[in-house]
Amino acid sequence: MSSSAHISGRSYWSVVFHQLKHEPVALCSALVLLIIFFAAIFAPLLAPADPYATSMIHRLQAVGTTDHLLGTDELGRDMLSRLMFGGRLSLLMGVAPVFMAFVIGTSIGLFAGYVGGKINMMIMRMLDVFYAFPSVLLAVAISGALGPGMMNSLFALTLVFIPQLVRVAESVTTQVRKLDYIEAARMSGAGSFSIIRVHVLGNVLGPVFVYATGLLSVSMILGSGLSFLGLGVKPPEPEWGLMLNTLRSAIFKEPLIAALPGAMIFVTSIAFNLLADGVRSAMDIKR
Amino acid sequence: MFFYVIRRLIYAVPIALGVTLISFLLVYLAPGDPLNAIAPSDAPAETIAALKVAYGLDKPLPMQYGLWLLRAVQGDLGVSIASGRPVAAEVLAAVSNTLVLAGIAGAIGVFFGCLLGALAGYWHGSGIDRIATFLSVIGVSVPHYWLGMVLTIIFSTWLAWFPAMGAGPGGSAEWLWDYAHMRHLVLPALTLCVIPLGIITRTVRALVADMLDQEFVIALRARGLSNITIFKHVAKNTAPTVLAVSGLQLGYLMGGSILVETVFAWPGTGFLLNTAIFQRDIPVLQGTILILCMFFVALNLIVDIIQPLIDPRMVRA
Repeated sequence: MSSSAHISGRSYWSVVFHQLKHEPVALCSALVLLIIFFAAIFAPLLAPADPYATSMIHRLQAVGTTDHLLGTDELGRDMLSRLMFGGRLSLLMGVAPVFMAFVIGTSIGLFAGYVGGKINMMIMRMLDVFYAFPSVLLAVAISGALGPGMMNSLFALTLVFIPQLVRVAESVTTQVRKLDYIEAARMSGAGSFSIIRVHVLGNVLGPVFVYATGLLSVSMILGSGLSFLGLGVKPPEPEWGLMLNTLRSAIFKEPLIAALPGAMIFVTSIAFNLLADGVRSAMDIKR
Repeated sequence: MFFYVIRRLIYAVPIALGVTLISFLLVYLAPGDPLNAIAPSDAPAETIAALKVAYGLDKPLPMQYGLWLLRAVQGDLGVSIASGRPVAAEVLAAVSNTLVLAGIAGAIGVFFGCLLGALAGYWHGSGIDRIATFLSVIGVSVPHYWLGMVLTIIFSTWLAWFPAMGAGPGGSAEWLWDYAHMRHLVLPALTLCVIPLGIITRTVRALVADMLDQEFVIALRARGLSNITIFKHVAKNTAPTVLAVSGLQLGYLMGGSILVETVFAWPGTGFLLNTAIFQRDIPVLQGTILILCMFFVALNLIVDIIQPLIDPRMVRA
């Protein structure tokens, strides 16, 4: 690459960031996500109305009604406010399980890959069992058995993602462990912990990070899906999946309003996926 | 080949056992005593004690698992708390409905995924490639339960082309291969096929584009072979991977159909699971998960065994 001379002084991550700036699709997705996150985080300040305030006479008003820019839901609550507040829980369902699984999965994967041998095989065989469950089924099974509730579905989703991230972390660690410089570090007297922290982790974080960004949209769709089934967030809490469920009765009267929460999930998940694609190709510096 | 099949079979056994163990433990994951699911909370103490013995709950956990497994292998998955009917019968009826839906959706998804992916891979970087890539991103990003609602709004409410609910006229739960039932299949199958469509398009596109760059294809071209013959060679080399991905996807569909079945009130496993969860009918939940996962394990096994039939190199790997 011709520009390698002038970026050679930078760290890996700043090179990645530099490359990402040249991907218009990824940048647009990042912008969309930024707006959605901003609206969700500052919902208490930005929302035009109280998302819990019901009104029997203003039920299912059409999009564009004065006072209600995006209409009202089946209980007369302001849709725009509910969508903004709903983003808080829906985005949390997308990000939190992936983050937790990232931390736990990377740790287990590093340990398994670094220790190697029988212990590694035992851990990986145990995780293979989780691979025998289609992810939706596993999430529904766990949160179904635990009973409805947001913490239970967060727990279920985290458990669904851990085996996948362990597998990525383990396979990279196993490859890196055999390299000469690790052997050199060991001979120079470095302990296992510092070898993992200084020499292995840097190599493992990248691939696991790429994989985890790809999971964000899956987590978001699954998490809202659990709420859609009635297993996640409980009413009257605003959450996109749950809103989609309670508005199902309105698809004949106000189809546009009934489809809105799902459109939010869709837009967010596309943006997550396109950003993940951008990050993946930006981090592939070998190009 | 014989030893390969044996090896695969042996490898599947611990996985299948693990699946049974997790399904078994689901009962203990549920809050409260597992007896709460069977007996009303105000039952007299002696009834509870009698039930404990009857269900084997007085024995240590590993032994309970052994007994449960022994019964499960014989097809006895217990009795539904809500309906009092055997779980196995209820689950099998629902599974057959789910298989119809997942099978058709999978077939559509695999066929069009291969077609789109092959076209996109062949004309790499062209307009059709962009369209296919765009469609596959949509396919993996769309919340399918929402897509189901949107399709219902368009084709059921506005155009009134297809029915929105159930698997047959008059809410029949019995599946028949006739026109009236097929009409009910259209929307759920279209909704569900989007998931494999996206992923298979992506996989096939990458595979074909990669394959066309390989030296053997250039050699075939140099020998003056026609595009159709070259396509045959490429297809043969991509088939094992496509098969593996398709098999996995079909399995995911059986799980993923839970949400779509709820949207369309399709009388399959998703519907059954949903009812079971809200009636706290843990034996049905357990049985459904167990049978679906066993299907998934069997499906993976079949894919593993078919793969080397297409590509003999895999046996040695």
